[in-house]
Amino acid sequence: MSKAFQKVYTQITQITKATCSLKASGVGYDELATVNGKLAQVVKIMGNDVTLQVFEGTEGIPTNAEVVFMGHSPMLKVSEQLAGRFFNAFGQPIDGGPEIEGEEIAIGGPSVNPVRRKQPSELIATGIAGIDLNNTLVSGQKIPFFADPDQPFNQVMANVALRAKADKIILGGMGMTNDDYLYFKNVFSNAGTLDRIISFVNTTENPPVERLLIPDMALTAAEYFAVEKNETVLVLLTDMTSYADALSIVSNRMDQIPSKDSMPGSLYSDLAKIYEKAVQFPSGGSITIIAVTTLSGGDITHAVPDNTGYITEGQLFLRRDSDIGKVIVDPFRSLSRLKQLVAGKKTRKDHSQVMNAAVRLYSDAANAKTKMENGFDLTNYDERCLAFAKDYANQLLAIDVNLDTTEMLDVTWGLFGKYFKQEEVNIKQEFLDKHWVSE
Amino acid sequence: MATKGTVSGVIANMVTLTVDGPVAQNEICFILTGGDRLMAEVIKVIGANVYVQVFESTRGLKVGAEAEFTGHMLEVTLGPGMLSKNYDGLQNDLDKMEGVFLKRGQYTYPLDDERVWHFEPMVKAGDEVGPSAWLGEVVENFQPLKIMVPFQLTGTYKVKSIVPEGEYTIKQTVAVLTDKEGHDIEVNMIQKWPVKKALTNYKLKPRPFKLLETGVRVIDTCNPIVEGGTGFIPGPFGTGKTVLQHAISKQAEADIVIIAACGERANEVVEIFTEFPELVDPHTGRKLMERTIIIANTSNMPVAAREASVYTAMTIAEYYRSMGLRVLLMADSTSRWAQALREMSNRMEELPGPDAFPMDISAIISNFYGRAGYVELNNGKSGSVTFIGTVSPAGGNLKEPVTENTKKVARCFYALEQERADKKRYPAVNPIDSYSKYLEYPEFEEYISKLINKEWLGKVNEIKTRLQRGKEIAEQINILGDDGVPVDYHVIFWKSEFIDYVIYQQDAFDEVDACCTIERQEDCMNLVIKVCHTEFHFDNFLDVMDYFKRLISVAKQMSYTEFKSEKFHEYRKQIEELIKEKAV
Repeated sequence: MSKAFQKVYTQITQITKATCSLKASGVGYDELATVNGKLAQVVKIMGNDVTLQVFEGTEGIPTNAEVVFMGHSPMLKVSEQLAGRFFNAFGQPIDGGPEIEGEEIAIGGPSVNPVRRKQPSELIATGIAGIDLNNTLVSGQKIPFFADPDQPFNQVMANVALRAKADKIILGGMGMTNDDYLYFKNVFSNAGTLDRIISFVNTTENPPVERLLIPDMALTAAEYFAVEKNETVLVLLTDMTSYADALSIVSNRMDQIPSKDSMPGSLYSDLAKIYEKAVQFPSGGSITIIAVTTLSGGDITHAVPDNTGYITEGQLFLRRDSDIGKVIVDPFRSLSRLKQLVAGKKTRKDHSQVMNAAVRLYSDAANAKTKMENGFDLTNYDERCLAFAKDYANQLLAIDVNLDTTEMLDVTWGLFGKYFKQEEVNIKQEFLDKHWVSE
Repeated sequence: MATKGTVSGVIANMVTLTVDGPVAQNEICFILTGGDRLMAEVIKVIGANVYVQVFESTRGLKVGAEAEFTGHMLEVTLGPGMLSKNYDGLQNDLDKMEGVFLKRGQYTYPLDDERVWHFEPMVKAGDEVGPSAWLGEVVENFQPLKIMVPFQLTGTYKVKSIVPEGEYTIKQTVAVLTDKEGHDIEVNMIQKWPVKKALTNYKLKPRPFKLLETGVRVIDTCNPIVEGGTGFIPGPFGTGKTVLQHAISKQAEADIVIIAACGERANEVVEIFTEFPELVDPHTGRKLMERTIIIANTSNMPVAAREASVYTAMTIAEYYRSMGLRVLLMADSTSRWAQALREMSNRMEELPGPDAFPMDISAIISNFYGRAGYVELNNGKSGSVTFIGTVSPAGGNLKEPVTENTKKVARCFYALEQERADKKRYPAVNPIDSYSKYLEYPEFEEYISKLINKEWLGKVNEIKTRLQRGKEIAEQINILGDDGVPVDYHVIFWKSEFIDYVIYQQDAFDEVDACCTIERQEDCMNLVIKVCHTEFHFDNFLDVMDYFKRLISVAKQMSYTEFKSEKFHEYRKQIEELIKEKAV
């Protein structure tokens, strides 16, 4: 794309809060442009009328602003030099370091041919039993935390990132507070892993529409390391609700008919395009995505968590357990769809059955609790369930746990033996014979 | 002369063209940009302005780009060589594509030109044949496939010549037909058919009645689906839609299984083509992949092709039905397809219906379900397309347009429920709300009486009633407390729990329990009926609970053992002893 062809336009016909329109020709769909130096992208072409989405917002743009089309869609320069660096949504360094040298690739590239994928099969150990035991993560998986804004999801995510044995960790921060951004920066540098980390950050101080570029930037970098270098890459995206909010702002400005919860009708496809970048390549490289979707008041029927749930391979819920005064990974609502690919295969054979039995008993405890709260007498079984639930939450579900999976299974068997009879746990006899610990 | 067009506008994947000649609604055209040919379909025409939906990314597309119209609608190419294939929504062979990433504008031929087939003629020179009549047979993966008179023809033809038994490729002429005017028509093994037109080359479409065995108890026993039947599985995410659907596609007693992964996760497709080549079809002992075709338009693939993918899958299913085969078509998920329609309707600025879906969503869904069915072919043979779709209701709320409109047309309803999934009671099919209309068909009653016995339907109704009663009592106990209801009530409740554990719940990940034969389902039924009809005596509700938990625990262990194995009989004996212990 030679610069000689660049045409300059100075006649803007329409300006809204996020978009502006002008008459122009020879413009390609998705093409980048600058409007008085502000970056913008073509979102609609109708004859000679071209509509641009201005990432920084249109504040101060005059009708005679200088519009220059760049002849290409948003790009990122990729090379090993990315490692350890911090960038903004446009892929420009924000850490004071030099510009990256490398091949320039268009972000938001094509999808992987499904038949060229490999079935994910490598366990990602996090040490957190609420995850490893009940909702085991697998490389190549995509899974979000569904959490209220006050929950410590960023801490858990940072922990997961550090314990997982990934070659590269790519942080995509959207609408992140500056404090959280510094938190991640500190945690990673204190752990001495800064050289494995690449960050693309849009903080709450930056214009919201810029966020729309963050996931594609992060994932383009991820694809570079996973495909070209065969590395295992972990991508952290926080917070995808802010991303969706930016989508709805743009679609609203373009007069699109909103569907559920004022979100654009294409929300599912928009989110899927991002999450489906998670992949296990046959050559060994992989991209695993752990995201955060903040909820409002725990409502998972809202369009953002709802569509996310249909796209991702499970979800993790955090909840404050008032009985033990700690934050736990909620065993009822959390789910890892890929866990059966590793549970009992890469872990001990009794894994699935032990997990299910424990969750079932924990659910019996929840029923017993309801009974108690309604003022009914508890049976002996109810009492035992409640006692079990407390230990189970404390020793396994709490997010401060750090065990390997075999230890987690042994702890659970210990609790089974402490509180229950064999016929109450509904586990295959062969496992009972092998692992039952009687008090 | 083919019509040509020029791009005059682009909004995401909707492109407007100005054309110089006639175009047809749903006609296919190719837009040329930067060396790529992008396939697109006409969705609206206003004068010389034609709106098309592009099946690919429109990145970089400019006003003034040229387009060529093809003169035909989106069509599939049918013939031997489709089994075990992985296609995208437009029937491109995904395995033939180069590179790890999908390249824009890359289209691959769905069949193999080179491969030779052993053809056996079924007609002789001089025979009269009509469209879709069977001319001969080739065998693919042990399935007898028919080579048929082209579907588009009308009237009757005389077979002028037919090749002798031997090896032929799909493009070689195997028969020459002569029409009434004396024109010769050369026929090879390839058929073409537009996907949006139903293939109605059968004599009649009677009500379906033959049980389609799936090995899933909650379906076969409680809410049976039949050959040529329709069903749907709505459920919030995480309730096991995909697991249930995979179980059905693995175990169903069908000749051909077509899986349309429509806007869903790519890893789920990977699971199918990783596992199916290893898994064995329980009915034939062949590898599952041999009878399976995957149409993969995963959620990250272009949206417009998502809509096409379900039609592509249905047309392929109808093709095999015309050969007298039993086809099972699974689509996961029809909601994604409806959303694709919504995105496009939105871009065309049509007035929206409920939840911004297009107004005609109801008609689109019912037309599609209507293409399934059990048919009698013109030669007296029968074939079927059984269709099961999943629905992903927004927010798990079943009162949304896709679920409601599907409910009007699908005859089986397998409602997956969050609460049951939370309790890990899988498959999480709601025992009360789910139904199969086929249970009410006299044709089905007659069939099942012969297949199992005359008392069967009565028993099915009994366990359903008992579950309902059990649920009512559970609610009463919740309000009044364990002591607040008579001990008898606890017995009724726990009997319903026993039914739940023995029949409704099933472990899809256990090698033995995953697939339950009809014979074994009958055995399960007899066991629960026996327990339900036994009068027990208990002193208090605690004893009831303890006793039934023991009973359930043994029954659970039994379900993990091979049917009629030594272990199985052992557990069975334990249950009989337990029954005697408390029976009055």
